[in-house]
Amino acid sequence: MAVFLTKESKVLVQGMTGAEGMKHTRRMLAAGTDVVGGVNPRKAGRTVDFDDRAVPVFGSVRAGMDATGADVTVVFVPPAFSKAAVMEAADAGIGLTVVITEGIPVHDSVAFHAYATRHGTRVIGPNCPGLITPGQSNAGIIPADIAKPGRIGLVSKSGTLTYQLMYELRDIGFSTCVGIGGDPVVGTTHIDCLAAFEADPDTELIVLIGEIGGDAEERAADYVKESVSKPVVAYIAGFTAPEGRTMGHAGAIVSGSSGTAQAKKAALEAVGVRVGSTPTETAELVLERLSGSPARPARRACELARARCELPRPDAARVT
Amino acid sequence: MDLYEYQARELFEEYGILVPRAEVADSAKEARACAERLGGRVVVKAQVKTGGRGKAGGVKLAADPAAAELTARQILGMDIKGHTVGAVMLAQPVEIDSEFYVSYVLDRTRGRFVAIASAEGGMDIEEVAAARPEAVVRVPIDPFEGVPRTKAVEIAAAAGLPDAAADTLAALWNVLIREDALLVEVNPLVRTARGEILALDGKVTLDDNARFRQTRWGAQDDTRDQEGGELEAAAAAKGLNYVKLDGEVGVIGNGAGLVMSTLDVVAGCGARPANFLDIGGGASAQIMADGLSVILSDPSVTAVFVNVFGGITACDAVADGIVRALESVRLTKPLVVRLDGNNAARGRAILDGRAHPLVEQATTMDGAARRAAELAHAA
Repeated sequence: MAVFLTKESKVLVQGMTGAEGMKHTRRMLAAGTDVVGGVNPRKAGRTVDFDDRAVPVFGSVRAGMDATGADVTVVFVPPAFSKAAVMEAADAGIGLTVVITEGIPVHDSVAFHAYATRHGTRVIGPNCPGLITPGQSNAGIIPADIAKPGRIGLVSKSGTLTYQLMYELRDIGFSTCVGIGGDPVVGTTHIDCLAAFEADPDTELIVLIGEIGGDAEERAADYVKESVSKPVVAYIAGFTAPEGRTMGHAGAIVSGSSGTAQAKKAALEAVGVRVGSTPTETAELVLERLSGSPARPARRACELARARCELPRPDAARVT
Repeated sequence: MDLYEYQARELFEEYGILVPRAEVADSAKEARACAERLGGRVVVKAQVKTGGRGKAGGVKLAADPAAAELTARQILGMDIKGHTVGAVMLAQPVEIDSEFYVSYVLDRTRGRFVAIASAEGGMDIEEVAAARPEAVVRVPIDPFEGVPRTKAVEIAAAAGLPDAAADTLAALWNVLIREDALLVEVNPLVRTARGEILALDGKVTLDDNARFRQTRWGAQDDTRDQEGGELEAAAAAKGLNYVKLDGEVGVIGNGAGLVMSTLDVVAGCGARPANFLDIGGGASAQIMADGLSVILSDPSVTAVFVNVFGGITACDAVADGIVRALESVRLTKPLVVRLDGNNAARGRAILDGRAHPLVEQATTMDGAARRAAELAHAA
């Protein structure tokens, strides 16, 4: 099990024939992703050879879905065409659209976000590294060889902080790591991922990485309090960021007194989430929680999660 | 990108929103000429991209052109919250009957723009919302419906604004959409003694991501009040993602989140970061050289910390980039490098092989930050 992406996922790549699309499609295939096609109306009908695999190019997302049964699409098209690409994917009724593209105007993101919601399509991103279920599938640009499969679920606004934490915890491993992106408007939030990890029997502990800007982390803290029984360990970046300046990510900005790292850390700690002061300390907190000491409530949650894992699963019951 | 008030005023006028007659000047003499053309009596307003101009003495009434010249001389060059006044706007005074507030802002949680309107204008809207939340109306806008006249009338009525303010709300939405703005705000929107609805002051923030389709934005790039000064201008000219800060440890890293985190870890070691610089995934020799040269030209920097996690670009490629950058940039300050991730061992060996006397390596981010802080303080 994993969240949003498994080895069964059939993946299309919009913008596969561009430079970034080619590079990362090759990497996704090498990671075991079932890439079933590319989408480019000008190159429909051709195939692209990636080492030992020939991947067909379709004229539209719908054509690709009809021919292959694809249920995930990864978007690499340039910012000017991203809105149309996501709306096309939503029209085709695909389940998950992962938007890697950085630099999409906010009005376009607002529009495709509303459109996808209306059509029941989950969007991850934009301006994100995508998501990986180690050992099964990789939809995006997260390096697949950092960490092995395991029991930590990770959700993050930042790509490189995701890689850093995956590396620090590579020996424990991850169920799924989701990079939700650093833009002001994103399709999938920390809360969506917390809910998915809470329901995933293979996820025992959740790592939440946030950064300055907006109040997604504060809202996530409320959600943890209400609805998450598994232990959550967090890291927040941007304590030293000055007010009113955008720090790399379009959404990473402290406006007046809102969106500060201090407020996010305080909100998370108020609901019992341990927040590391550096990525390394965050990894240490994870290890501490997983080893069962010294945080007792966390251990109880771990045991609960483990107990749930040992229950016969409905699908397993059907087989026997 | 934030616009100056005078630029926002010009945009509003273009979209049919009534604004006071005004001109902009960057010298006292010019200010006098503007005042003469505007009928003598004018309001002189500092053009800086920050709030609180009035309290800081940056907004004053002048009775005649001579007074306007004198006032402009006082305001030009003034420092308002770290912003130096490079220009003043001279506007015809307006006889105010009542003041309102209208804006469209991005609601990140909803993923939508919302209209905010209040019959209590002229004050900080956040203060009004905190003190009397019922006085502030928030209406989410569907991106596919926008704000047609019927919607504008509905918002105006809900906030207790006069009917004519609906025209302003509808026109302001067009500014937001067609100019790719992230924020448009009119505060105050006033009803004059003669019953006209006028935008007296405004704020507009444009979306930098939309630059590719907003071809006339070049004209808005008024850099008189450039934050971060010459170093940021130099970094921008090289296409670097750089923000100047107040400390002594220069920072280079890959990925916005990791760089923000690096600044925090440096601060946690008792030093202050001198800048934010994200060189992205590529980490080529050229971008490393460009980044190093900007950071080394910052006189407050006494040590530099390069923090790279090798993901898509492996550490040996990053190390090669650093070595080649050191061929073109003369290193004058100690450099601490932390390479981790893909091919970290090979990357470290490459840097060891170069054996530059000012370059040190550390294997962990926290350890490297401590060492950079020590070196910065020893300098």
